[in-house]
Amino acid sequence: MQISASPLIQKVFPPSLVNTGIRYLWMTLLTLLLFGFILLASGKDPIRSYQDMFTSTLGSWYGFSEVLVAMIPMLITALAVALPSRVGLINVGGEGQLYLGAAFATWGALTFQAQPAWILLTLMTLLGMLGGAVWAFLPAYLKAIGLVNETITTLLMNSIAPKIIGFLIFGYWHSAVDTVKTANFASAARLPTFFGTRVHLGLFFGLVLLLLFWFIMKYTRWGLEMRAIGGNPQAARRNGIPLKRYLIIVMCLGGALAGLAGMAQVSGFYGVLLLNFSIGLGFMGFLICWLAGGEPVGILLMSFVVAIITTGGNLLQLTRDLPYAVINILLALALFVVLARPSLVQRKKS
Amino acid sequence: MSNLRHDALPLVALRGITKEFPNVIANDHVDLDIFPSEIHALLGENGAGKSTLVKILFGFYHADAGMVEFNGKPINIQSPRQARAANIGMVFQDLNLIPALSVAENIALFLPDLGHVLDLKQIARRIDDVSKQYGLEVNPQALVSQLSIGEQQKVEILKLLLSNARLLILDEPTRVLAPQEVEALLSVLGNLRKNGYAILLITHKLKEVLLCADRITVLREGRVVGSFLRAGATEGKLVKLMFGQKLSGLKTGLMPRRKEGLKPVLELLNVDTRAEGAGTSLKRVNLTISPGQIVGVAGVSGNGQKELCDVVLGVERSVKGKKILNGNDLTNLSVQTIRREGTSFIPENPLMMASVPFMTVLENMALTRTERYARRGGFSMNWEAVKSDVVDAEKRLGFKLSLFSIAKSLSGGNLQRMVILREMAHHPRLIIASYLTRGLDVRSAIAAREALVQAREEGAGVLFVSEDLDELFALCDRLLVLYGGRIVGEFFPSETDVYEVGRLMTGSKVEHADKC
Repeated sequence: MQISASPLIQKVFPPSLVNTGIRYLWMTLLTLLLFGFILLASGKDPIRSYQDMFTSTLGSWYGFSEVLVAMIPMLITALAVALPSRVGLINVGGEGQLYLGAAFATWGALTFQAQPAWILLTLMTLLGMLGGAVWAFLPAYLKAIGLVNETITTLLMNSIAPKIIGFLIFGYWHSAVDTVKTANFASAARLPTFFGTRVHLGLFFGLVLLLLFWFIMKYTRWGLEMRAIGGNPQAARRNGIPLKRYLIIVMCLGGALAGLAGMAQVSGFYGVLLLNFSIGLGFMGFLICWLAGGEPVGILLMSFVVAIITTGGNLLQLTRDLPYAVINILLALALFVVLARPSLVQRKKS
Repeated sequence: MSNLRHDALPLVALRGITKEFPNVIANDHVDLDIFPSEIHALLGENGAGKSTLVKILFGFYHADAGMVEFNGKPINIQSPRQARAANIGMVFQDLNLIPALSVAENIALFLPDLGHVLDLKQIARRIDDVSKQYGLEVNPQALVSQLSIGEQQKVEILKLLLSNARLLILDEPTRVLAPQEVEALLSVLGNLRKNGYAILLITHKLKEVLLCADRITVLREGRVVGSFLRAGATEGKLVKLMFGQKLSGLKTGLMPRRKEGLKPVLELLNVDTRAEGAGTSLKRVNLTISPGQIVGVAGVSGNGQKELCDVVLGVERSVKGKKILNGNDLTNLSVQTIRREGTSFIPENPLMMASVPFMTVLENMALTRTERYARRGGFSMNWEAVKSDVVDAEKRLGFKLSLFSIAKSLSGGNLQRMVILREMAHHPRLIIASYLTRGLDVRSAIAAREALVQAREEGAGVLFVSEDLDELFALCDRLLVLYGGRIVGEFFPSETDVYEVGRLMTGSKVEHADKC
C-alpha cells in the first residue's frame, strides 16, 4: 500500500512513524471487520455493539480512566516479553512471574506495614521485581547452559506459580474472614491513585519503563550488544559479547518487569492479594508484544487497544447479552490478522 | 592420459559440460565417462569444480553448455527428480535422513513405486535382501536418530539401491567415517561394482582412490587435467595434477623476518577437544606463534581448522592441554578475555560468524569493541570514534566501506572486507585468519594479504588457515598441515614444496603423525 504524505505532514511526523500508525490502523479495522461478521452470525447488531463498546470506554472520562487502569499491567507485562525477545528469548512466563512478584510484594506489605509509605512502596517494588526475576532465573539458566528451551520452561512454570500463591494464602496469609484472600493492605502499602479515579502510579512506572526500554535499545552500549545477540548469537559470541551472561540477566530483567506488574496489580488495583487474581494478564502481555512486533510505540498502542476491548467487552456482556468468551475470539482474530500479515498491513522493509 | 580404451558403452557420458558463476568458471568443457562395473574417482582441490559437476549431473544446476548421455542417448536432466528417474542416485556429504523415522520409513519415502498404503514389512524384507547381498546390514526397524554416521550412510546407499539407481554418486563419503568404517564402505563399493553398478566417488583422499578406484579423473580450476586407469596412476602424479605448477607470481615483496626469540603470542600445549556431531576433534595439538610471525595451517577443510580457530578464540573448550597467550595461561577462558588480550578473528563465513545481518556496517564495526566506544558508562555510544577508526583502517588497508548500508545487503566480498577492516583496526597482537581471501576479488585479496603482512611487521602473530597452497607458501613463516584433527607436518616453507604438503593434506602419509 503506497501512502503519499504531503511534505508538511512528513516534517511533523517522520514517515516511519506515519507508516507504523497506518499499519496499526489497518490491523485494527480489519480485526473489527472480521469480528463484526461473528457478531452478525450470532444475531447481534455489530454497529450497535461497537457503539456501546466505544462510548463506554472512550465516551467519558470515567470510561477512559478505566481503560488506563486495565492497560497498566498489560503494558508492563508486554515489556516483560519484549525485552527478552530482543536477545532472541521467548518469555511465555509473564503470568507466573507476575504471580510471584505479587506474592513477594504482598509479603513485604504484610510484614512491614508499620513503615511509612515511601519506604514500604519502594521495598514492595523491589520485592515484586525480585520475585519475578527469581521465577525467570531457572528457565534462563537452563537455556544459557544449552539444556532446555526457555519457551517450554517458562510456559510450564506458569501453572506452578498460582499454586504457590494458593499455598501461601490458605496456609499463612488469609484474612480472618475470608480464606481466598489476604487482609486488606495498609494504606501505606497502596500505590497512590490520581484524579479521583482508579488510575494508579503503576501507569507512570509503565510509561517510564517503556521510554527506558526504547532508549536503552536505541542508544546504549547494552542495547547494541543485545541487538547483536538477537541478530546473530554466533557472531555476537565470537565478537566477544558475553552471551550467557546476557541471556540470564535479560531474562531475569524480563521476569522482574512481570513481577513489577504483579506488584502494581495487588498494591495499586486490588489492595489485597486474591487467589487467582490475574486471569491471563501475563498472556495478554505476550499477545500485545506480538501484535506490536516488540516495538515500543506499538506496545503502547496495542496495550491501549486491547484494554479498550477488554473493558468494553465487560460492558457488552451486560448490554448485548454476549458471553465474555467473545472477547477472546476478538483477541484471537487480532492475532490472526497480525500473524497472517496481509500485504496491506505489511511493514515496508527498506 | 589417453589410455581410456574401454569396450563397453559408458553408462553415463558427460560431454563438454560448462558452467559459469559470476567471476568464476566452475566447469570448463568437462568430459567424463562413467562405465558400469567401475568405480570412478573424481579428484581435485576444494573449488576445483567437482561438486558443481555432480550437481549438474544430479539436476541441481543447469549447465550453460554441454550434454549428458545415458547409455548412449542424450538425456535432459532438469531436476533431481528427473535424475532419479534416469537411475542416477546421489549420497550427499550431509546425510539427508529424517532422524525421527525408522530406517524402513526413510527408505520407503524415497521409493518411486511407493503405494498409498505402506507395507513396511514388505519394504523391510526388501531391505534385508539387498543389505545382505552387499554387506550393508542395518536393522530396518531402528530409528535413524539412533544410528551412527556410518550406519546412516549405509541407509543412504540402500535408499539408492532400492530405488533402482544404476549410477551412485558419493560426495566425500569417507570424510565423516572412522578408519574401520572406511574399510567397510570400500568393500561395499567393491561388491556393488561386481554387480554392475557404476560408482562416482568424489574425494580428496589419495589413499582411498588408489585402493579402490578403477578409473581416476582429476579436476583443477574447472578443467579435466587428467583421466586414466588405476594402473596408470601414482601418488606423485595425482598430487602434481591436483595442485598444479602454479607457485610463481604471488610474492608480497616482503621477506619474512623470523623472530623466534621473543615471547610467543600464542602457545597451544597438547590441546585436545571433543567434537560434537560431524565435527572433528583436535588431538594433541601443539602450536607456537611468535610476534611477527605468520603460521600457516594447510589442510582440506573439515580436518579440524574450525575447531582450532574456535579453541584459540575461546568459543570451544579444550578437554586437555593448555592455551597460553602472551605468557598468561588463558585455557578455557571467555572470548571477551581472549579478545581483550588483543586477539582478532576473521572467520571463514563472515555472514554467519562475524556480523549481525540486520545492523548497519557502522554498528557492526563497533561490536568487538563496545567497551571502548561506550560513553557515559554505556548510556551512549561514541559513533564518531567508530567512524574515525574505520576511516583510519580504510586508509591503511586501501578499501572503502559504505558505513550506513545494512550488512545483509553487502556482497560476500564486501562483507569479508568489513570484517577484515574491523579485526585489523586496533593493532591486534594475535590474528586468527581463516580463509582470509575466500570470496575476495584479486585486488582485494592482495590488499588483505598485504594487511596481514603489515600486521606482522608491526609485531602481530598470525594464525593463518587456508586451502590455497600458493597463498600459504607466499605468506607464511612456518607451515603446519592439519589432517583429521592432528598436526601431521610442520615445515619452513623453504624446506618443503606443494607436493609434500599436498600429500600430507590428503592423508597419504599418516605415519608422519606419530612424529609430532
